[in-house]
Amino acid sequence: MSGRVLVGVKRVIDYAVKIRVKPDHSGVVTEGVKHSMNPFCEIAVEEAVKMKEKKLIKEVVAVSCGPQQVQETIRTALAMGADRGIHVEVSAKEYESLGPLQVSKILAALAKKEEAQLIILGKQAIDGDCNQTGQMTAALLDWPQGTFASEVTLEAGHVKVVREIDGGLETIKINTPAVLTADLRLNTPRYATLPNIMKAKKKKIANVKPADLGVELASKLQVLRVDEPPQREAGVKVESVDDLVGKLKEAGRI
Amino acid sequence: MNSSKYIVFSLTVHECLFRGFRTLSQNVSSSKHTPSNAPETTVDHLIYTPEHFALKESIKKIIDQEINPHVDQWEAEGKFPAHRIFKILGNAGILGVNKPVEYGGLGLDFSYSVAVSEELGNIRCGGIPMAIGVQTDMATPALARFGSHELKTEFLLPSILGDKVACLGVSEVGAGSDVSSIMTKAVRQGDEYVINGGKMWTTNGTQADWMCLLANTSDGPPHRNKSLICLPMDLPGVHIARQIDKMGMRSSDTAEVFFDDVRVPSKNVIGKEGMGFTYQMLQFQEERLWAVANTLTTMDIVIQETIDYTRQRKIFKMPVLHHQTVHFRLAELQTEVELLRSLLHRATALFIKGNDVTKLASMAKLKAGRLARELGDSCLQYWGGMGFTNDVLVSRFYRDSRLISIGGGADEVMLGIICKYMDTLPK
Repeated sequence: MSGRVLVGVKRVIDYAVKIRVKPDHSGVVTEGVKHSMNPFCEIAVEEAVKMKEKKLIKEVVAVSCGPQQVQETIRTALAMGADRGIHVEVSAKEYESLGPLQVSKILAALAKKEEAQLIILGKQAIDGDCNQTGQMTAALLDWPQGTFASEVTLEAGHVKVVREIDGGLETIKINTPAVLTADLRLNTPRYATLPNIMKAKKKKIANVKPADLGVELASKLQVLRVDEPPQREAGVKVESVDDLVGKLKEAGRI
Repeated sequence: MNSSKYIVFSLTVHECLFRGFRTLSQNVSSSKHTPSNAPETTVDHLIYTPEHFALKESIKKIIDQEINPHVDQWEAEGKFPAHRIFKILGNAGILGVNKPVEYGGLGLDFSYSVAVSEELGNIRCGGIPMAIGVQTDMATPALARFGSHELKTEFLLPSILGDKVACLGVSEVGAGSDVSSIMTKAVRQGDEYVINGGKMWTTNGTQADWMCLLANTSDGPPHRNKSLICLPMDLPGVHIARQIDKMGMRSSDTAEVFFDDVRVPSKNVIGKEGMGFTYQMLQFQEERLWAVANTLTTMDIVIQETIDYTRQRKIFKMPVLHHQTVHFRLAELQTEVELLRSLLHRATALFIKGNDVTKLASMAKLKAGRLARELGDSCLQYWGGMGFTNDVLVSRFYRDSRLISIGGGADEVMLGIICKYMDTLPK
């Protein structure tokens, strides 16, 4: 096995920022707004770096798709311990319609090219909340998938994944190469120390175009409109369970 | 008929985790809200590179995870655990950004120190950034520049790693702004100095492992008879007389210290005997710009929290924020904050190129102290009764920031320096 792990990292609006919808309802305001690495991607990077520190794998490659600014996100991954980066260049205009299917095609192509043993992604991005890229990538590659991972154990030729599912925890054993997606409790990502931030400057980021990977970026989806969620309204206090049931019936909820 | 049995929740689990329910009755120190009026852009910044921003992100994470959750408790207790926090910061490489690489530092320029200071302004009190500033930019610069290899190995290296807590012993009960009139004496006796006297306003004083002490080592002219000495705080004769009960900066322990025939090896003098006053003065520009940097960030946060509060607080049937006097006043204050930020960045840019920025640094320090007081006062007024409670950041800022005009060079000292440069002082 190559001992190489591909980690996808996405640049998203920082989780602490108050999101505002654009006046024309075509999307959210991103100009001048603080961005950072998707929190689930941080967890993915951390897991890969830990594997390397335990000498279970040899190289961690951080990948991001998007315009120039995503290089910052790749640098963050390098500062956390990734060895090198790949920036898949997508123009700002194309980025607006870039979705899980196209990203999955890109990751699948890169995984083949890099002979990756594992792909680790965050389970979803906090902007799109799609929770699709990992699954689609595995399907395109015809690789097994371990999604919503809260514990990962890499062994020779396979990986044991404890998954967080609705009913509790499920442990599966899948062969490598495989796709894993990281859930919240998988680990606590380290913060990049200043010495590592400075060392990351010397690590390489390669530039690649989707066309070079044979991927078409055209999307079959179109965003019609983006609106803010309805304002949270005041609650109503009830005196008894019967009252509660009555009120829920009135509101057409049961 | 709608036979759906399940009540639809309008928020995903993750929104709960990451977006949070931002109510204003929450704990003072638990808020993670980023001011949206101060967007971080990495493009076209005057002095910061992507590395500066990466450094700031790491510091923010440390603050959010290790510091802010405990600030309310440490403020109530009157002390924060300096050894624990400094070790975390030391591990991240934050305590020695502009210190020599040979002693655990990163050898970067002062713009990185300013970036660190700015980011520390996200701590929800003034005491802890102040304590960190003493460690990084008040007690150690002279040692880093002029100390012997042996001295740097014993005191500088562990301070940068976060293993030893430092404090600065300059001010005395009888001498604050007038440093030249300090009375602490270090009398040479063979291979030792015998120290008698005392120091006041010693930040980190009750927890420090060593003190960078300024003492009279001879009977010469007052600007040439003082030396800086690295003083271990566990030596016999060093007494922590009391921890001072202060109006603000309450999570920072401030001590009054006495020296009773304390014996220290003569090799503990930093650089040349008699040069202590000069050495200490050389770092004033950095000290003052550092103080300005974290005040700016906190002022941004106070303005933003005031906006958030007054937007939801209703008075006479409309949000307090909708009254023109309120949003106009906040705009005035934000304008002044940006002006001061520009001065800070301009002075920093000139300084890292090797220029003397004493005049600009003094102006920035003067303005920081005065603007913080004005801003704290105006914003607190808009919080009404809530502003007068100890449950909100604005009242803590009001108390903490009052010190800026006094410590690290009082306003009057700053004005004297500026007048000297303007050549308006009576001859």
